[in-house]
Amino acid sequence: MLRNLLFVIFAVVLALILVNVFHRDDHYNLKLEELKQKHALKEVSSVNHALLPALNKEFKTPQEVTEACISCHTETAKEVIQSSHWNWERAAFVEGKGISSAGKKNVMNNFCLGTSSNEKSCAKCHIGYGMDNNHFDFNNKRNVDCMVCHDNSEEYLKGASMAGYPDRSVNLKKVAQSVGTPKRNNCGSCHYFGGGGNNVKHGDLDVAQNSCSREVDVHMGANGMNMECVACHTTRNHQITGKLYSVSPDNSNRATCEQCHTNTPHLSDVLNRHGSRVSCQACHIPTYAKVNATKMSWKWSDAGKLKDGKPYEEDDSLGNHNYMSIKGSFKWEKNVTPDYVWFNGTAEQYLLGDSIRSMPVEMNVLHGSYKDRSSKIIPVKIHVGDQIYDKVYNRLVQPKLYGENEGDSAYWKDFKWKEAVEAGMKKSGLPVSGQYGFVQTVMYWPVNHMVSQKESAVRCAECHTRENGRLAKLTDFYLPGRDHNQLLDRIGTILFILTILAVVVHGAGRVLSSILKNRYEKQVISYDEDKPME
Amino acid sequence: MQKVYIYKGFERFWHWTQAALIIFLAITGFEIHGSYSLFGFEKAVEFHRTASWLLIGLVVFAIFWHVTTGEWRQYIPTTKQLKEQVMYYVSGIFKGERHPTQKTELSKLNPLQRIVYLGFKILLVPITLLSGVLYLLYKTVDQNNVVVNLDYPLESIAFWHTLGAILLMIFFVVHVYMTTTGATPTSNIRAMITGYEELEENNPDTIQK
Repeated sequence: MLRNLLFVIFAVVLALILVNVFHRDDHYNLKLEELKQKHALKEVSSVNHALLPALNKEFKTPQEVTEACISCHTETAKEVIQSSHWNWERAAFVEGKGISSAGKKNVMNNFCLGTSSNEKSCAKCHIGYGMDNNHFDFNNKRNVDCMVCHDNSEEYLKGASMAGYPDRSVNLKKVAQSVGTPKRNNCGSCHYFGGGGNNVKHGDLDVAQNSCSREVDVHMGANGMNMECVACHTTRNHQITGKLYSVSPDNSNRATCEQCHTNTPHLSDVLNRHGSRVSCQACHIPTYAKVNATKMSWKWSDAGKLKDGKPYEEDDSLGNHNYMSIKGSFKWEKNVTPDYVWFNGTAEQYLLGDSIRSMPVEMNVLHGSYKDRSSKIIPVKIHVGDQIYDKVYNRLVQPKLYGENEGDSAYWKDFKWKEAVEAGMKKSGLPVSGQYGFVQTVMYWPVNHMVSQKESAVRCAECHTRENGRLAKLTDFYLPGRDHNQLLDRIGTILFILTILAVVVHGAGRVLSSILKNRYEKQVISYDEDKPME
Repeated sequence: MQKVYIYKGFERFWHWTQAALIIFLAITGFEIHGSYSLFGFEKAVEFHRTASWLLIGLVVFAIFWHVTTGEWRQYIPTTKQLKEQVMYYVSGIFKGERHPTQKTELSKLNPLQRIVYLGFKILLVPITLLSGVLYLLYKTVDQNNVVVNLDYPLESIAFWHTLGAILLMIFFVVHVYMTTTGATPTSNIRAMITGYEELEENNPDTIQK
């Protein structure tokens, strides 16, 4: 009786343990719910600018708008002229270089190469008026373009190659009366279009994000939290958090996932632990360029072919240019699986005037390795290409690309590299040899946006797999499931097989010997039995 | 011959639970290792971690049992009759000779078993278990919600864990085979299930001290 009772109790306890071990509830992640609640309440401006008398007039020039802004926001322009959006450079300490200023002014890239000597065109994305190839007064507050960021009417538009001035069609009064917190189309008017077209440079910043689904971007999705850029890129005194390692070297003032989600956002302990060496983005952005394609390669060496003496363009199957006489040939890709690198938050950029030290030339170097404790695995877009360099001085050169008229040595008008380089390098004061060639380049773009829904996150076995995993190229560390000690495995397998063989042989020997013995004993017995019968 | 209660209740529970856990850990473990695909990596890891905690708990109980009952003395190694025991498995067993050592309640293990099981308990299991615990806690989250990175190399942890696992599998094969060398092929397994085994009357010549 007691025995039966004990057995029942034991069985019940065992069942309870098994249920607890193997049952998984759909847990309720309170952290995430709190964030959702916080961002569900959208801020409403406390001032309706349309009611302000200072803005109730016709503006002849955009500078008049700026003056009207300053008449109330008396000190704000001082903040703006401290910002990198205005200065196009930022001072930072760089290992090996000391304190150096880097930014659009002097950093080169492997897309449109650089801004120097092309300012009039590039200034379409400068928050000021009147930056041209020769001069810009970085202390003149009147030239601050408040509207490009604060226009909430979707009316504002910067003119093409107008040194940062708005397009002539813009109704300045309407824009001025609409101002408010920057919306994503304000930020996107420049950041979506870097490199001369939508999604060309980043791959994860696409005009489609103005109105996309949660599948494309879980934060910005119109059927989701519908967040604006500034929800994460928080701003204080016009200093915006977050920056990109195509132009910034140091690990400060970053916009991170952790600032909202903490560094233990999962309910699973194993996943939280991954966070010490794996960035959030590595798993949560399984692909980028989800809606429109992004440029993966740009060969300037193909530029300059003409048809009947005239430049031309060709499209690929997705409808993107894959050849332009003025720029060369391109490769585009959609739904791209990122590459993965170690990154500790510091980087280095190729500045105009630097010597070529590696082949291909690294336009930016993301520092980090497994051995460096503060490094994490991040997803990157790797953009490759080739571009013009000075064979004698062994450095990349900046050609003048944009020009108003034929004959003023701009490559996009005249298609003469030699003259374009001489004109482009004049401003920098660097000598040129006249002997140019094309050199391979590579540039790393950390992928941070287009975060997917958790259901689409990278699964364990996409990295923890023997063959062709996502991390197949990151070989400087031991990854369970991918790596194994080959010698140990080989010896172990051989020993295991030998053991089984030995056991089988030993067992067969025993069976055989007992059969023989039985037969022998039987023979003896039959012999004995036979004997008396004789 | 007499029927002796040789394996106690806890001993049998421990033995079979440990056997089941080790087999399950081997199946999931070698999947994590990348040797084959069965549950899928994600599930295999989850199962392996759960089963490993159960095994750790069981081992703690087993150690407690060995110490408090004094059963640990069964594993004190001896060289006496070790050679005879080895020779028995190499040749005597084929000639139908008798076991050179006698099994009793106070001395359940022959000299070869003593050495092998002692090795199992103080080398094989600790290597696998300790490397497994280090693997399990390779990165940890501290009280300030900060993920702390530990610096010992994962490669060497994985090496010892895999080595332990391979040796355990070899032990497993030999161990299962050796159970068939009793009075009848199933008498040893039967004893480990029921606890009772038919043993010969005590013979002072072959009894181990």
